Amino acid sequence: MEILIAVLVLGSLGFLFGIGLAVASKKFNVQVDPKLEQLQHLLPGSNCGACGNPGCFGFAESLLSGKSAVNGCRVCSDEVKEKIAGIMGLALEKQTKKIATLHCNGGLRVKDKYIYNGISDCVAANLVLGGQKACVFACLGFGTCQKACPFGAISMSAEGLPVVDKVKCRSCNKCVLACPKKLFSLVSVSFSVYVACSSHDMGRDVKAVCPVGCIACKLCEKACKFDAIHVIDNLAVIDYHKCTSCKECVKVCPSKTIRIRE
Amino acid sequence: MNIQEYLSIFISSVFIYNVILSRFLGLCPFVAISKNTRQAFAMSAAVTFVITASSVVTWLIYRFLLLPFNLAYLRTLSFVLVIAALVQLIEMVIRKTSPALYRAFGIYLTLITTNCAVLGAAVLNIDMFFVNGRAISGSFYYSLFQGFCMGLGYTLAMLIMSGIRERLELCNVPKPLRDFPLAFIIASVLSLSFMGFSGFKF
Repeated sequence: MEILIAVLVLGSLGFLFGIGLAVASKKFNVQVDPKLEQLQHLLPGSNCGACGNPGCFGFAESLLSGKSAVNGCRVCSDEVKEKIAGIMGLALEKQTKKIATLHCNGGLRVKDKYIYNGISDCVAANLVLGGQKACVFACLGFGTCQKACPFGAISMSAEGLPVVDKVKCRSCNKCVLACPKKLFSLVSVSFSVYVACSSHDMGRDVKAVCPVGCIACKLCEKACKFDAIHVIDNLAVIDYHKCTSCKECVKVCPSKTIRIRE
Repeated sequence: MNIQEYLSIFISSVFIYNVILSRFLGLCPFVAISKNTRQAFAMSAAVTFVITASSVVTWLIYRFLLLPFNLAYLRTLSFVLVIAALVQLIEMVIRKTSPALYRAFGIYLTLITTNCAVLGAAVLNIDMFFVNGRAISGSFYYSLFQGFCMGLGYTLAMLIMSGIRERLELCNVPKPLRDFPLAFIIASVLSLSFMGFSGFKF
């Protein structure tokens, strides 16, 4: 008898809760757009935030509300973007892939101005007199960009410089924001030439601390037939709207600052 | 209404018998979600809310269902059932009525279903405010208040822990101790210091 009561009470309790929850789920039902789930499956799910939304779910929501463009996700591949455009019923504008490019080639070749013994992080080192390198524009080589990269595309080379893996890089912009020296920029894969220096110092000062820095000799400016490269504030700057990747500037550069991307 | 009683409930459940640091209930979120103060606060708010609500419901179930049928020994089983159903219901209601709050609670609300702090609070209420199978006077309000205060104690412990861990992010910690090992060491030191409220008993 005792057991029967226990079973009845608990059983009816469970039954009531079951019915209650079933009724409640009908009553408090929230309609979810079926597109949302489809989009979430397609998106990379790395939640990198490069699109400006809080994670991939946020991007899917803002896509549906029309706030983001179909190609707003910088990370996913072209086929996936195609599929997203298909779900949204919109046309996709083609964009060429961009790759993070480091505008410094000094590494261990740049002289140190003091011995840094603090936290092994570029942001921390940068707080102490702008880092241990004698060139204030130089890469400090503690790999803050490597830690920031959500795709493992950046590795530190033996020369103390970050190397970007062309295939793994998804142009999410994280390294561009993480670098305290602002040495990264996103350059389209269709251009193979870039300037591997960010120093605005005079040529003499550059030469004193770094063998591979831009000394503002203007030879590249004269060699370029397309008016695409200019020395501005003691630093060669390529205008990628005009550049045809003819590599004339690479040939004449005396300190091999203008480089071809591998 | 007895102010003294309420004050002693407040002090004992927030400080002396702090739900995490003295009673050792709800330890998994204490270690897992205490890396960041905002998340820790969202979790604590959700826990406080659910503990308070479940204190009320479990008291009612115990007083009007289990006691009359002589089923006090089914307490744990039925409380688990009640809490699970209650959390589901609350989640549905919040999702419908306040999407902003739903997003703030996020995943934590559902996780709380299996949090032992909630069940622990319900069981403690019954242990403390029922004598010989009868509710003491004011028992219902004591339960409600104690549930809420245990939530506050939980919030206090979570905020202390997340504050300390946020600061430690900036320190140069030896590699083998990073993250969880250090969190356990901090938790033990915190717990020892909270035992100072009650004193050691041998």
